[in-house]
Amino acid sequence: MSQLVYNAFDRDVHPPYLSPDYKSTVLRAPSKPLVVIKHSLSELTGPVFGDIHLGALDHDLTKNARKNGEPLGERIVVHGYVYDENGRTIPNTLVEIWQANAAGRYVHKVDQHDAPLDPNFLGTGRVMTDANGYYKFYTIKPGAYPWGNHYNAWRPNHIHFSLFGPNITTRLVTQMYFPGDPLLQYDPIFLGVPPKGRDLLISGFDLGITEPDFALGYRFDFVLRGQKATPFETV
Amino acid sequence: MLQTPSQTVGPYFAYGLTPEQYLYDFKSLVGNQLVNPLDEPEAITISGQVYDGNGNLIPDAMIEVWDAYNRRFGRFGTGTDAQNRFVFHTVKPGSVDGQAPHLSVIVFMRGQLIHAYTRLYFSDEAAANAQDTVLNQVPAERRSTLIARQTGGGYVFDIHMQGEYETVFFDI
Ligand SMILES: [Fe+2]
Repeated sequence: MSQLVYNAFDRDVHPPYLSPDYKSTVLRAPSKPLVVIKHSLSELTGPVFGDIHLGALDHDLTKNARKNGEPLGERIVVHGYVYDENGRTIPNTLVEIWQANAAGRYVHKVDQHDAPLDPNFLGTGRVMTDANGYYKFYTIKPGAYPWGNHYNAWRPNHIHFSLFGPNITTRLVTQMYFPGDPLLQYDPIFLGVPPKGRDLLISGFDLGITEPDFALGYRFDFVLRGQKATPFETV
Repeated sequence: MLQTPSQTVGPYFAYGLTPEQYLYDFKSLVGNQLVNPLDEPEAITISGQVYDGNGNLIPDAMIEVWDAYNRRFGRFGTGTDAQNRFVFHTVKPGSVDGQAPHLSVIVFMRGQLIHAYTRLYFSDEAAANAQDTVLNQVPAERRSTLIARQTGGGYVFDIHMQGEYETVFFDI
């Protein structure tokens, strides 16, 4: 007899809490060991957004904040699948998106980077995977931006994502990077990921989804925690 | 397939994940009202602050709560309240799987490359808390970090990332 249980975080690919080169982890990482608990219904359930009605332009960041024209920058289309570790696609799951504009500036009060805001770009959107676990959205390629971690620190171009999957154990917040970015080798956030996991965060240029005369295409797949069969405990 | 690695939510999640709370021009899918306190007579308010290892308030954390009993979810950032509190309006959940009433809590912030899970129990459920298998797995001297204190206006649940009162975080 066996039952399906959700896998733990794969610590060979996920970053640790404490990663001192990323300085703000030092005072924010839990210092005591995590307490491992068995999954109950509390962990094996989670918010379901499958029937939420997204706005018509939520998946198009090039259109969802226009005021008086088109946003500036390089138009891109990003697509891929959301899988679980077992390779099964996850349908009707929410993908939330936020990013800087083409100049590397966020529309956020605490972002003091001296780069222009774009009146026609907010930089946030969301999409639901379809019945096949597929998603696609349009945006502007985000710019690199400086940050205060160390002298001359720059974040590589990246898009932020938030995903849920079937329950709270599969929750994932991550960032997608772009191929060939020379800043990746210097970025302590990216390098916080163990070497085995790093390539998984870099999107691939995808000529197949590139739209002629319109937008370059990138492919990025997400893999959330999956399940494995384990024997029933005999008490 | 290998799991996609986590990355920090960063300092700029507000307009993506909590836009209405931070007054951005984008509709929020999730807010801090698991119930509308005006039409729910049993509504309670839960608030708290998040502290770093120096005891300083963290003004850019995002807290999510999941009530598995009522299947309700909430999300709030610590950047809009004058005291950098998170605030949730909800009802005290019933028991699931024979456990004491609790909310699952997920903690995100700049400076955290992967989110942290904890639980919020209630101080006025002492009998149920004493029987709870998860609480009993936690060293007795740390259990109070998981228990929201009932006060006149609701419940207070502070989260300490480090230090003497470091919150118990779970590997789930
Ligand atoms: Fe960012």
